[in-house]
Order: sequence, then structure tokens, then C-alpha cells
Amino acid sequence: MNEKDIMIDVNHMSHIYSDENGNDVHALNDVSLSIKRGEFVCIIGTNGSGKSTLAKHFNVLLQPSEGYINVCGYDTRDEEHIWDIRQHVGMVFQNPDNQIVAAVVEEDVAFGPENLGIPSAEIRKRVDAALEAVNMTEYREHGPHLLSGGQKQRIAIAGVLAMKPDCIVLDEPTAMLDPKGRREVLETVHKLNKEEGITIVYITHFMEEAVTADRVVVMKNGVKLHDGTPREIFSHVDTLKGLGLDVPVASEIAFKLNEKGYEIGKSIINNEELAVGLKHSKLADQLLDNHNVGAKTISSPTNEDVNAVRGEGTH
Amino acid sequence: MLNNITIGQYFPGNSFLHRMDPRAKIIATTIFVVAIFLANSPLAYGLVGAFTIFAMLLSRLPLRLMWSAIKPLWIIIVFTMGIHIFTTPGNSLFQWGVINITDQGLAMGLQMAARLIFLILFSSLLTYTTSPIRLTDGIEHLLNPFRCIGVPAHELAMMMTIALRFIPTLLDETDRIMKAQSARGADFVTGSIIQRAKNMVPLLVPLFISAFRRADELAIAMEARCYRGGVNRTRMKELQVTYVDYIGVGAVILITIVLIVLWWLDL
Amino acid sequence: MAIVLDNITYTYGVGTPFEKTALHGVSLTIENGEFLGIIGHTGSGKSTFVQHLNGLLHPTTGTVTVNGVDISASTEEAKKMRHKVGMVFQYPEHQLFEETIAEDIAFGPKNLGLSADEVDERVREAMKFVGLDYDTYAERSPFHLSGGQMRRVAIAGVVAMNPDFLVLDEPSAGLDPFGREEIFEEIIRLHKEKGITVILVSHNMEDISRMASRLVVLDKGRIVLDGEPMDIFNNHRDELQAVGVDVPPVSVTMEYLREQGLDVSNRVLSVDDAVQAILEGGSHVK
Repeated sequence: MNEKDIMIDVNHMSHIYSDENGNDVHALNDVSLSIKRGEFVCIIGTNGSGKSTLAKHFNVLLQPSEGYINVCGYDTRDEEHIWDIRQHVGMVFQNPDNQIVAAVVEEDVAFGPENLGIPSAEIRKRVDAALEAVNMTEYREHGPHLLSGGQKQRIAIAGVLAMKPDCIVLDEPTAMLDPKGRREVLETVHKLNKEEGITIVYITHFMEEAVTADRVVVMKNGVKLHDGTPREIFSHVDTLKGLGLDVPVASEIAFKLNEKGYEIGKSIINNEELAVGLKHSKLADQLLDNHNVGAKTISSPTNEDVNAVRGEGTH
Repeated sequence: MLNNITIGQYFPGNSFLHRMDPRAKIIATTIFVVAIFLANSPLAYGLVGAFTIFAMLLSRLPLRLMWSAIKPLWIIIVFTMGIHIFTTPGNSLFQWGVINITDQGLAMGLQMAARLIFLILFSSLLTYTTSPIRLTDGIEHLLNPFRCIGVPAHELAMMMTIALRFIPTLLDETDRIMKAQSARGADFVTGSIIQRAKNMVPLLVPLFISAFRRADELAIAMEARCYRGGVNRTRMKELQVTYVDYIGVGAVILITIVLIVLWWLDL
Repeated sequence: MAIVLDNITYTYGVGTPFEKTALHGVSLTIENGEFLGIIGHTGSGKSTFVQHLNGLLHPTTGTVTVNGVDISASTEEAKKMRHKVGMVFQYPEHQLFEETIAEDIAFGPKNLGLSADEVDERVREAMKFVGLDYDTYAERSPFHLSGGQMRRVAIAGVVAMNPDFLVLDEPSAGLDPFGREEIFEEIIRLHKEKGITVILVSHNMEDISRMASRLVVLDKGRIVLDGEPMDIFNNHRDELQAVGVDVPPVSVTMEYLREQGLDVSNRVLSVDDAVQAILEGGSHVK
């Protein structure tokens, strides 16, 4: 792999701090991870698993105690490039209220480019484009306190976009939002990944968000436990449950049926695959008999609706 | 409980006042506020009143906003009026025990109340028609010449920006905590003053903790967005002085000169 | 014993230009012992609604009675009844203020005018209920706990007032699955063991469907659906979708399987139910 294709390269990194009693705590313990340009990577783990600490290193808000991390080719320990890194790697935080600086939406979006010393006319262009990209143009003169949580997070994303980043790190951006806000944010982030080619590092504990990623990294107690495609990760239903993480309903149903010996298929992560799996299993005869006449008359959502409700993409 | 405070809020628009440069508006407001205190005759008050109303109409904002600017401060207005009414010597109009209301006192009280009302109205117009960021931009620019004597112009402006941004958020938060503590039987309204002050602890402690947490998170978010003080910073909306500013400031200076003449002639 | 809302309307900012009606003629009886789920998207009037249950807001028109007493009255009796309805707001850990956990939990009982011994007993009982060991935690500062523990302390502070009714607004917001599980186990215990009537406001349809015995759906300040969760999720999907409320994922999965011609029951509320339904599929119609 060409070095230029690597966005973030974490090398045997540890982060150690002292707690109130003076004991050393390993918030991160020997983590290695490499994220390619254009990838959509989800980092999942319970509270205290070190996922946020890891993310803060990507934007040089924290420095490694051991090991090192390269972001956009710069070593984060190199003080000279801190601001270059922050310009290339934008960050969106959990609490939508505590990252909006200005009392008017468009002024807030302009905050980052203003800090970079960009000429006014160019800032204006970037702000307009960024608001357009997150579909918030009509709110540009609103006060942020009048917006919903999902809208505030989209403003925060626009604020990062206006700095023209290569990568956006989102630290549990949906933890405080309602389901509608969660969908808005996830859709926006996917759009930026696909259309603008922006590398996305998305930290969450909602599995329905994680299944939409290209790659999922599972953290626990400061250690990287698993790293793979959503399919690889979510087929380990018992492991994830043991970690205190949710898995998609379809995976869990398939897992339980497999356990009972019904061979549904090992790597099911969505409803479509569960249906196919069932039709090819021992249960097919029983389930596909002539009694399904009634089922056809029931009005039910289309596949698209189902995906929208679950927030899943089809794989 | 606290959602009807509108002081310090901006209402977007495109009126003459909205288009004025914030620096011009700040200068004009400052001059006019000083000029208000020169008024000491019915004619002068009439002039000040007429000019204030003219400015209000010029802003094209609903008049109810003017009322909501005064409403939260009515206690101060009444208090000021009372002090003047009860303490100014003169010909007695009404006496009851130690209370003695004089003609002079009544006149002074009404004058002070009128001055306060005009002052509040006029300065509210400044905040109503100027977005907080432009307001702080204006202050920053006006303070910039004083940087050489150690006035942290940019830092002050940034602090004001953030304060304005978080006022609505913290008001919401106050409301929420008050309700949560009321649900646990807290009482914020009855009891002696000391008792009531004590009763505020369950409100103030969580509020401070929350404010500090917010400050902490905001500082990190600002740093992540490459904020490193005012050096080399540009602005999306550069300030520009146009003809509206000359007209606006000119009109205020004119009024002030008239008021000075009236005051000097003691009319 | 019941909370009865009779045709309540609530208007914010009456007489100001910002007047806005958040509830329109809502009537509801919450019976003792129920586990009521309340859903509705942000802005549906949910939070205005629940604030009426313990008199934090008084209806503009209509009445709210708790155990037959109108709680908008300024009598001692009305005050007592308001305290019978405990309220756990979103992110309740943000209301903690005392130096020790025990003192914070004692705040409510003290306000009820109980004696020191009674207060102490209430604190011990509440801590036990939320799974915090008294000897270990009582004298600690609540601010050094983890997020989930802080929330349990805050809930204990409301439980210590011995409410007959407990309103919880998004009690699991921001917690990971472990934390969520702990909080809900606690709520179920409060309901089953203490016999507290629970009113749960949540966006999480899985949690509601798993626990609630009755479900009320609010939209634009009106009750649009009121019934058994299973019935609402299975027979009123269009209405739910219209008001912007999600169906639990497991219901979506089962509905999808049925649509694909697989003969399975859709009367499921959990993954285990679903597995059972698949294994019994094809037989339930026979």
C-alpha cells in the first residue's frame, strides 16, 4: 500500500494518565491501527473502552504516552504541524451545544476558516457550500439554540467542512439525539464520505450505525479487540454481547437459530439475509408452506422503509 | 419560568438600523445615552422621546419587543423613581408619617424613570438590530487602538461572543434544574431572604458545574477548530462604513447638539 | 389510586405574542400499577405532558387529579399529592449538588419534613434499591462516579421520596448497552417489587415494547394512539410512521420475513420471542 493512501497510522500507541489516587491508568494500551483515505471506519465499545481517548489523538487534542501516531503523514508529536493536522482532520463532539461558538449559524460555520486566516470572500463561499452540503442553508441566520439536536450536529459538521478537511472524526455524535436526529447525522456523514471522498472515523455505541461502515473496530479497556468488516464483526454475536454491545436483530436471531442447530448461515447482518437464510434452511419447508396467504394481505413497509427504519445499508 | 427574557437578543432584518455598521451604532448609542442625561425640560424630553420612537420605527421591529425589553427591568425603574420621589426636598404635595412626597420629588422621579426607559429602549435597539458577532466585532475594532496600553480587545470580544451564545442555553438549563429540584420538594419562592438564598444552593451548584463542563468542552472544540487567539484571524464579514453610518451618527450628533443648546439655555 | 387528566390544554406564554398551545384537550387516566410508555417525536408535547403529572406545569384549562385531589390547588393536601409523583428528568445526574451521595439522596426526604432517622432510613433503602452499597458509597462525592452510577444516585434521590408514581424521561439517554440494562433492571424492580406505577418516556421502541403494559402515542399535543404495545406496533404501523415514530427493530424484522412469504407470527416483543415464533412458524395458523 502506498504511504499516501494512509490517512491515520497508529503505532503501538498507549495513553497513560494518573487518577486521583496517583495510580497509572492505561486509557489506551498498545493500540495499532491504520485508516486509509476514503474509508468509513466505525469504532465501537462501551463507555470507558478508550474509544474517545483514541479519537482525541487523531486531532492532537491528546498526545501518546508511548508509541506514535501519524496523521496525514505528520507525526503528532511534531509541534510544528499541529495546526496542519487540525486543519486536515476535523472533529465533531458528542454534545451539540458545547461545540457551537457563535450565536448565529453561519457565523459559527465561519469560525474555523476565520481561524485559518482565509480571505473573507473565500470564507463566504466555503460557508455557503458547507451549509448546502449538510442541507442547512435555510437556517443560516438562525440562533443555534432554536435548532434540534440533529440540526445542531449538522451545523457542527458544516463548521468542520468549511475547513476543507480530508478526514472527519466524529466522537459519539448521535449519543444525545433522538432517532430522527441520528438518521440525519448518519445520512449526512455517508453522503460526505461517498460524494466528497472524505475519510470518516465514526465513534458510536449504536450498532445499527456501525453496520453501515466499511470497517468496524471494537475497543475494550483501552485495547483494540477486533478489526474487520461489519459482517465479520457482527457474526460474533456472543463475543459482542459479552462486551456489553448490541448486535443487529437479524444477526442475533440467526445466531440463536444456529445455536439450536438450524444452520441459517454464519454471517447474517440484515433482514434480507435472514430471510434468504431461512428459505435455505431446514425450517424452510415448515415456514414456506401454503399458509402464507394471509401474510400477503398485510400492508408492510417496503425494503427501503425497512432499511430506513433500521438505519442499515444493504450489503 | 425564564423564557420571556429577550435582552441581548438579535432579530434579523434589513432596516436602516440593521444595515448600519456596528461601530457606528455603538458610537451613536453611547453619544445618545449621554445626551439623554442632558435633558431637563419637557421640550428636551419630548425631543429625546420623539427621536427614540423614530429610531424604533426605523428598526421595523414589532413594538412588543420594546415592551419586553422594559418588562424585566421595571423593578429597577420603579425603585429609582421611588427613591427620587421620596427623598427629594421641595413643596410637600402629600404627607403621611415620615412619607413626604414633594412636587420636586415627583418631577425628579418621573424624569429619572423616563431617562431609564429611553436608555433601555435605545440600547435594546442596538442589540436587537445587531447580530452578537457583529456587535462584538464592533467592540473589538473600537478597542483595538487601546491594545498598546494592554486592553485585550480580541479576548474581551471572544468572551462576549461566547457569553451571548450561551445565555439562552444556560437559561434553559436553569429552568430544567429548577424543575428537577422542585420535583424533589425544593422551594425557591417562599421564606425569608436568607432562607431563599440558602435554597438557591441546589440550583446554583449544578448550574456552575454544568457551566464549567460546557466551558471545558467548548475550549477543546475551539482548539480542534484551529482557534489560537486573535492573531492572523480573518472575518467572514469585514466591517464597512457606508453612507447609512454617516447619516445615523450624524443624526445623533445633531440631536445631541440641540440637547446641549437646550440645556445651556436652560429651556 | 390514579392520576386523572381531564381534558387538559396547555398554552405557553398566554397573552404574549409568543403564545403557543402545546397540548390540546388531552384526557388520560393512569391507573395504579400500570407501566405506561409514552412516545412521540421531539416537539410532540411529551415533555409538557409529563410536567403536568406532578404539577410542575398547571393546565391552562382542564384538571389534573392525583388520587382524587386536584394538584393545581395550593393546599397542603395538593402539595402532598404532587410529591407522590416522582420525576426523573433527562440526564438527571445534572441535578446532583451535595458533597456526599447520602446527602444528595436525602434532599428530597428532608424537604418532605421527615425526621433525621426516617430520612436516613429512606436513603439506605433507596441506595439499596439502585444497587449502591451504603457503606461504600454513602460518604463519597457523587461527582467522582461514572456516568451510569451518577444517574443511579439521581434516581435514588427521587425514589427516596417514596413516590407512588414515577415519571422517567429518557432514563437511558447517553448510556451504553450495559448501563442501559442496569437502569432498566432497576426500573423493573421498582415497578414489580415496590409496586410503583411507572410512566416511561422514551425514543427507544425496544425498551418500551419490552417493559410497558400500555402505550400512549402523542403527536402535535394530542393523544393519537392508546393501547397495548403489541397491538399498536403490529396494527397501527401506518399511524406510527405518519407521526414519525419508529417500530421496534424486532417487529420490523418479523414483518419483513412475513412479507417475504415466511409464515411467522409478528406478535413478538424480543429476540427470544422472535426465535420462538420462527421455530413455531407455519403451525400457528393450523
